[in-house]
Amino acid sequence: MHVRIALRFYSRTGPRSSTIGTQWAAVGAFLARRLLLTVPVLLGVATLVFSLIHVIPGDPAQAMLGETASSSDVADLRQRLGLDRPLPVQYAAFLGGLLRGDLGRSLRTGEPVSTQIAERIPATFELAIAAMIVAVGVALPLGIAAAVWRRTLVDHVAMTAAMAGVSIPNFWLGPLLAIVFGVELGWLPVSGSGGLEHLVLPAVSLGGALAAIVARMTRATLLEELRQPYVQAARARGASRTWAVIGHAFRNSLVPVVTIVGLQFGAVLTGAVITETIFSWPGVGRLLIQSISFRDYPVVQGCILLIAVTYVAVNLATDLLYSVLDPRIRLE
Amino acid sequence: MTRAGGIIVAVAVLMALAGPLLVPFDPATQYLALRLEGPTAVHWFGLDELGRDVLARVLAGARISLMVGIVVVGVSASVGTVLGSVAGYFGGRLDEMISRLIDILLAFPGLLLAIALVAVLGPNLTNVVLALSSIGWVGYARLVRGQSLQVRELEYVLAARAAGATRVRIVTRHVIPAVLPAVSVQATLGMGGAILSEAALSFLGLGVQPPTPSWGTMLSYGRAHLLDAPHVTIFPGLAIAVLVLGFNFLGDGLRDRLDPKTIGD
Repeated sequence: MHVRIALRFYSRTGPRSSTIGTQWAAVGAFLARRLLLTVPVLLGVATLVFSLIHVIPGDPAQAMLGETASSSDVADLRQRLGLDRPLPVQYAAFLGGLLRGDLGRSLRTGEPVSTQIAERIPATFELAIAAMIVAVGVALPLGIAAAVWRRTLVDHVAMTAAMAGVSIPNFWLGPLLAIVFGVELGWLPVSGSGGLEHLVLPAVSLGGALAAIVARMTRATLLEELRQPYVQAARARGASRTWAVIGHAFRNSLVPVVTIVGLQFGAVLTGAVITETIFSWPGVGRLLIQSISFRDYPVVQGCILLIAVTYVAVNLATDLLYSVLDPRIRLE
Repeated sequence: MTRAGGIIVAVAVLMALAGPLLVPFDPATQYLALRLEGPTAVHWFGLDELGRDVLARVLAGARISLMVGIVVVGVSASVGTVLGSVAGYFGGRLDEMISRLIDILLAFPGLLLAIALVAVLGPNLTNVVLALSSIGWVGYARLVRGQSLQVRELEYVLAARAAGATRVRIVTRHVIPAVLPAVSVQATLGMGGAILSEAALSFLGLGVQPPTPSWGTMLSYGRAHLLDAPHVTIFPGLAIAVLVLGFNFLGDGLRDRLDPKTIGD
């Protein structure tokens, strides 16, 4: 009560508004600095993706067309891709194209790479988000249960399951799920896209490893929070361990958990490359693997670039969100 | 759990080494008349699509997986430790350059860059090791750099500096030994990661090429026979999961023992 009155009094006075102003200025400065730091990283990503075509052993144009291609076809492709120009000119043209959203054309279909990728993005994002929902839905109860019943059978079973989840490859889990739920039980389709039922097996297969990581993180942060004085005080006032976890510690432990979920988005995107291949899911990952087998390098470059840039963007967003939620990060 | 992990890893290593003595079948010999036959008293794990003994191939695959893991982790940990300790201890421009390179490589999800590299270099075992190592060192470098920043302020390091020790001597005699426990934990966990990554690349057709037995390749070919011969998929997958689990248990246990904060959790 006293605290509330004091806060109300303080809120009417000048220093609070100026403190808020200073805080927002600090947030603004942090955001600007963090955004600025992303620029060289993005440039580095673009440079690496540009270099990919140049680390192909021998003549890249010959490699793309195959050993049997005629020398005139190879020369034609070299000219079409601009590989006959000096390296700095190629690099400048590549960066210029990126800024205009021009990723070149597919060698196989002749379509713009950006169009091909844009058609596949929704499917990949749909899968990635579904996998993350599955992961969080499984992981939070598992992590909470392990923390509430620490050092009991529940904890051991939950953490062994989580460790198994990290260790089981999704390219094995996927086919196993397909055998059980698609073939034996006939409950779910085993390939393709369409309604929600098509999404279940790929999402579970992709979300398994993430669920395991988030469950372990949830347990660890909850146990850390349980050591804090405010939880100890609640316990001293008679709160049960279950209530101390759910009613007090859980909310504060969410910040690191949300961060881990965000930072794991890259792993989910990479996992999607495999999951999409297993379940014939029409996303960017499947396009990438198909393009590799056709040696369609402009599409390969485009897919890699898109996944890496998405990863950087999600990490940036996670960092920014974290800094808004936890002021200590800005001070560091 | 640490003990369970240690036992799993030790058994896996022994079985991989003694594979030819344990199973009287060559992993490449084809018994075409028996192709896709399920597990029997003679062929415990059954036969694959070309009539090869799955158990013999799982054991041969273990040698490939462990070899890839050891080489990738060895190279990554060595390069990462040297670059990380140099960046952390020397500071300045060298640190700036190494840190920017780390930032850029960390902007790629690890396996994605390996996929990209193998796609352009060509799918084979050497390129898989090259691709995984050229990304793997980044994690070690980041860890060691952070640790080196702390170690350089420790009194015995300051004393060595005051006594006139050269920077190279301080890094090799003081900084690197101090960060080795943390590196060994990361390396144990990294073995599991490297084995999973190799299997993933081979599964996608970008890793070890047939007829060399690799767990990932076996899973990839097994997919076509999920309905009529699930054993071809089940056993190599189980082998991957168990071995990776073993390394994860071991790495987790080591970390807990080295970090007093987690004792009791």
